[in-house]
Amino acid sequence: MSEKESLESVEPVADKGRRMLLLAGTGAVGAVGVGFAAWPFLASWNPSARARVVGAPVEAYIGDLEPGQLMRLVWRGQTIGIMRRTDEMVDNLSEINDDLRDPESEVADQQPPYAANQHRSIRPEILVLNLHCTHLGCVPEFIPEVGAQPFEQNWKGGFFCPCHKSKFDLAGRVYGGVPAPSNLVVPPYNFADNDHVVIGVHPEGAA
Amino acid sequence: MAKPASNTSRQLANAGAWIDQRLPVSEFWKKHISEYYAPKNFNFFYFFGSLAMLVLVLQIVTGIFLTMHYKPDASEAFASVEYIMRDVEWGWLIRYMHSTGASFFFIVVYLHMFRGLMYGSYKSPRELVWILGVFIYLVLMAEAFMGYVLPWGQMSYWGAQVIISLFGAIPVIGDALVEWIRGDFFVSDATLNRFFALHVIAVPLALLLLVVLHLAALHEVGSNNPDGVDVKKKKDSKGRPLDGIPFHPYYTVKDIFGVGVFLTLFAFVIFYAPEFGGLFLEPDNFNPADPLVTPEHIVPVWYFTPYYAILRAVPDKLAGVVLMGLAIMVLFALPWLDRSKVRSIRYKGIGSKIMLAVFAVTFIRLGMLGMGEGTYIQTIEARIWTFAYFGFFILMPFVTKYEKTRPEPERVTK
Repeated sequence: MSEKESLESVEPVADKGRRMLLLAGTGAVGAVGVGFAAWPFLASWNPSARARVVGAPVEAYIGDLEPGQLMRLVWRGQTIGIMRRTDEMVDNLSEINDDLRDPESEVADQQPPYAANQHRSIRPEILVLNLHCTHLGCVPEFIPEVGAQPFEQNWKGGFFCPCHKSKFDLAGRVYGGVPAPSNLVVPPYNFADNDHVVIGVHPEGAA
Repeated sequence: MAKPASNTSRQLANAGAWIDQRLPVSEFWKKHISEYYAPKNFNFFYFFGSLAMLVLVLQIVTGIFLTMHYKPDASEAFASVEYIMRDVEWGWLIRYMHSTGASFFFIVVYLHMFRGLMYGSYKSPRELVWILGVFIYLVLMAEAFMGYVLPWGQMSYWGAQVIISLFGAIPVIGDALVEWIRGDFFVSDATLNRFFALHVIAVPLALLLLVVLHLAALHEVGSNNPDGVDVKKKKDSKGRPLDGIPFHPYYTVKDIFGVGVFLTLFAFVIFYAPEFGGLFLEPDNFNPADPLVTPEHIVPVWYFTPYYAILRAVPDKLAGVVLMGLAIMVLFALPWLDRSKVRSIRYKGIGSKIMLAVFAVTFIRLGMLGMGEGTYIQTIEARIWTFAYFGFFILMPFVTKYEKTRPEPERVTK
């Protein structure tokens, strides 16, 4: 018994406040350390320098693009469509405004400010679009013909996604009542000269 | 002449004692195997826990051997899988075991979960067993999804594109998050490479840890049974449950029989129907991935289709993603949604029985609709079943609280 008593006597008096402070302090400093240590690992998941270089702007020649024709090219792995619309197509865009979710391109993220207009482009006839559906990234079919389609009676030409049946008009504006939430994205672009479009760079002075 | 046999056995016993003093081997064996008392009335549905562990081991072993030939590189991945299938000796068998094993894993796990729903195995005191199980299910889905990307076929690629872009629905951080997951501006080599790392090491480690925790929690509270009766309440003079039998040899023998039947079915599929009519390996995945050509009809593998049907049933992207996530997350709340006095469906009222039956049909029907093309009529039907799916969980607290139950027996029945 005397041995036990001597053991108890060397037991220090617990200072709970001091212990909590030390615990909280150690915990907080440790958490900051873990945060710093985690940073390089999390950041290593970002696109690498090589991926960013590969993602550089691309230039397209549109001099031989016929009215009504769509050309496709790849920028950052995304299918980009460039279309020369006929005057009739551009004039008819406003006809179906009532069927569309965002006819006036009011959702700011879907296009740069210089394409936030009825025809969603810098030049009315030249349409530049990221063709990936805003629902889940599929590439819609290009169906420019006007007339009844299995998926739309009053079809004025546009894009139809085979994955989940989303519909877009010839300005990439989304129809109401389909899974895609918003208009197709207009990527940043500018005209190097009359016949060359550069995808990935805003026009000088814009945005 | 001395007795060499007894000498040897004494030496073995000594060696055993030597080890036991340093590592609790026989204590562990007793606690978890030879003196783990499980209820004596287990039925058919109690095969699937041990079968899930068997499939896990099969997946790990076949997976290790596949990594010896597979190349996690966007330009070589597809060809390296075909190389395994054609040129590596027995490579086709190892690969088909792995791909078929993935689907069988989900068959076994779904039956295992259904067993839990039927007999109330999630109810107190087994809430943590259930919750850890739901975590296993979540991690398993991640593992299966990333594994399906590795062959780098069209369905691998576009499936990855669709699933990763689901994260883009999250407001504000969505787009940056998607870019971070892909490691590029589109699904690319970087994505494939990291999915390989996650699939072969990170996620399996998490899976193994969760399985250990799942079993540790189970052995702490003891197994449930088809009657939902607590066998620990009636014990003999030595403290052994009257209705319990030691796991070994009784259930080891039972499970080995189950393994035999399971492996027979498994082998049949591997040898005669490894693609299972396009359900286990989809036809589109026999084309190499092409970022510029979208397959006409993108559907996930069958085990994800119930949730995919829910996603597609909602006309709003964010709401669809939220509802799909909720469909899985609601499983975590199950132990607190069931307010019945009894555990097993055997003693619950007619309301619970009908709801469970409808839920099973709902899950299967949603799975079928998720494989469809998403026509107008299919979408309408999927919406109805989506209501049925959530209805099961929303109505459960009321039905289980107010319905008339039969009294649980004192002891397990035959």
